[in-house]
Amino acid sequence: MAINSKAYLVPNLYAKDIKKVKTRDGYGKGLVKAGEKNKNVVVLCADLSESTRSEWFQKKFPDRYVQVGVAEQNMASLASGMAAAGKIAFISSYAAFSPGRNNEQIRTTISYNSWGSKPGKEINVKIAGAHAGISVGPDGATHQALEDVGLMRLQPGMTVIVPCDDVECEKATIAAAETPGPFYLRFGRADYPSITTEKTPFKVGRIEEFRSGKDCTIVANGPLVYEAMIAAKKLEKEIDCQVLNCHTVKPLDGAALLKAVKMTGCVVTAEEHQWHGGLAGAVAEFLGENCPVPIKRVGVRDRFGESGEPAELLKVFGLTSDDIVKAVRAAVKMKRK
Amino acid sequence: MVTIKPIKKVTDLKQLKLLANQIRQDLIEALVSAGSGHTAGPLGMADVFTALYFNVIKHNPKYPFWEERDRVVLSNGHICPVLYSTMANVGYFPRKELKTLRHFGTRLQGHPHRAALPGLETTSGPLGSGLSQAAGMAYAFQMDNKKNRVYCLMSDGEQEAGQTWEAAMFAGKNKLRNLVGFIDRNNIQIDGNTEDIMPLEPLADKYRSFNWHVIEINANNIQAIIDACNEAATIYEKPTLIIAHNIPGKGVSFMENDFLWHGKPPTAEQAKVALAELKVWRENIMKNRD
Repeated sequence: MAINSKAYLVPNLYAKDIKKVKTRDGYGKGLVKAGEKNKNVVVLCADLSESTRSEWFQKKFPDRYVQVGVAEQNMASLASGMAAAGKIAFISSYAAFSPGRNNEQIRTTISYNSWGSKPGKEINVKIAGAHAGISVGPDGATHQALEDVGLMRLQPGMTVIVPCDDVECEKATIAAAETPGPFYLRFGRADYPSITTEKTPFKVGRIEEFRSGKDCTIVANGPLVYEAMIAAKKLEKEIDCQVLNCHTVKPLDGAALLKAVKMTGCVVTAEEHQWHGGLAGAVAEFLGENCPVPIKRVGVRDRFGESGEPAELLKVFGLTSDDIVKAVRAAVKMKRK
Repeated sequence: MVTIKPIKKVTDLKQLKLLANQIRQDLIEALVSAGSGHTAGPLGMADVFTALYFNVIKHNPKYPFWEERDRVVLSNGHICPVLYSTMANVGYFPRKELKTLRHFGTRLQGHPHRAALPGLETTSGPLGSGLSQAAGMAYAFQMDNKKNRVYCLMSDGEQEAGQTWEAAMFAGKNKLRNLVGFIDRNNIQIDGNTEDIMPLEPLADKYRSFNWHVIEINANNIQAIIDACNEAATIYEKPTLIIAHNIPGKGVSFMENDFLWHGKPPTAEQAKVALAELKVWRENIMKNRD
């Protein structure tokens, strides 16, 4: 079994010199494209225009860019008001602050405000949480959001997307602008391998199979998709791994998961997030109810992060391809018992 | 295409007073039916809501999604009985539906939910978020050179919430001349008097220092409310704040100025007394003796 040719991944996926790009660059590009397509797209930012890449939109559309200062709570509700007045409002900050600090404003003035709306009357606010995950690095635990996917996944009506690289992030940003209702887009800070291409399929709510395999399903999102591909490669002579890119944590593509586990019989989840509440939580809840199989989780084990270099931290916190390899072996062992 | 026109403004003061009286009576009945909810705030704000919906704002209850409508954003969602009662009296829905307040399946949720009832502009309840939503609307309208005006109704207690001031700063920075904030200055909140819980004064100076135009009025003087809104429309460089000094529970003697009436409904017996008092008030309005 091997890489799915219909996933159109980069040809040098396993090369050491694979191009590394900041996922948020995709957000910046996506905003500009979404803004070109629809004049109602506006972008709000809470004093982080450069690092969230919202300044790329600002340069192109200064009149549709709103600087709100260090006020994430205000930003969320301002966006809600702008959306109620017909705008598609993206709010940009670090995930630790948005949706970290403004969770209640998102709950009441965005998610619940939109809940039950007639078509065309939804509250179109798209929350972009940058600098999520442990790979934020030296800034330390305060800035390393590890619970944001869980927070957003608990809100009814919220679509939650964790793109695996810059190219997918651009597609997700454009899709968020074009799809009614509240969205949460999450991405990290570091340079990550750019593994997908323009031709790689992307649809909100759909899992994409990046590698086929029959022994174990690795379900990953964000930068851990690349690590999962590396892990599958490392294991290829031992265990035949399937790799699923589950960029949309909510709504979860249950049909694709069921189809996968009926073939492989065990699952490893991999994400740069707490190992409960996020992707692992979503997958385990769904499979526990519909098709219980052994599940092993690669994620942060209920602790806060700390300062360090991204690569170093990923290793210490157990988020590398080697950690996925170990988890796969354990999952397969459980299956055989 | 239907040409939508705003409803005709009620300009006769006596008629407006009678409407406010009816709105008070209806909200008392709704609260008795609900068996829970807030009483003092809604009674105090009946005149402001009457002035807004029957005179000040551009709207048409038959077309709640009309793009040209002005927006009323209720930030302190807990006083929604007065919003519902006003909306019913101005024609958004039948008055008899008021008795479904807080009951299962109702469009009149305990705190307002936008999608539940056409005509509601926001979902609210948790305090301190309304001014942000109103400022977002006002900013969007200004961006598009639209003429819609936005009226945000706040409590005084929620001036304690930091987000209110984030929004005040934003509105001042962006000179949101199409935004009018109201503060129901009745000096009570759930735990007691505002100045004991967390002093707000000098409230007017605070907003002035955030680059707002500030007007202080009596919240139970309908003409003063209309005049203040008209004055706000003539201020081009700033948002306007109307501090509406209010008597909580206005119109029902045993509720007036008692913070214990902030968060509870009257019993059926108490409601009888309250309605009787309101009916006497109504008679006095009829005889020009109010």
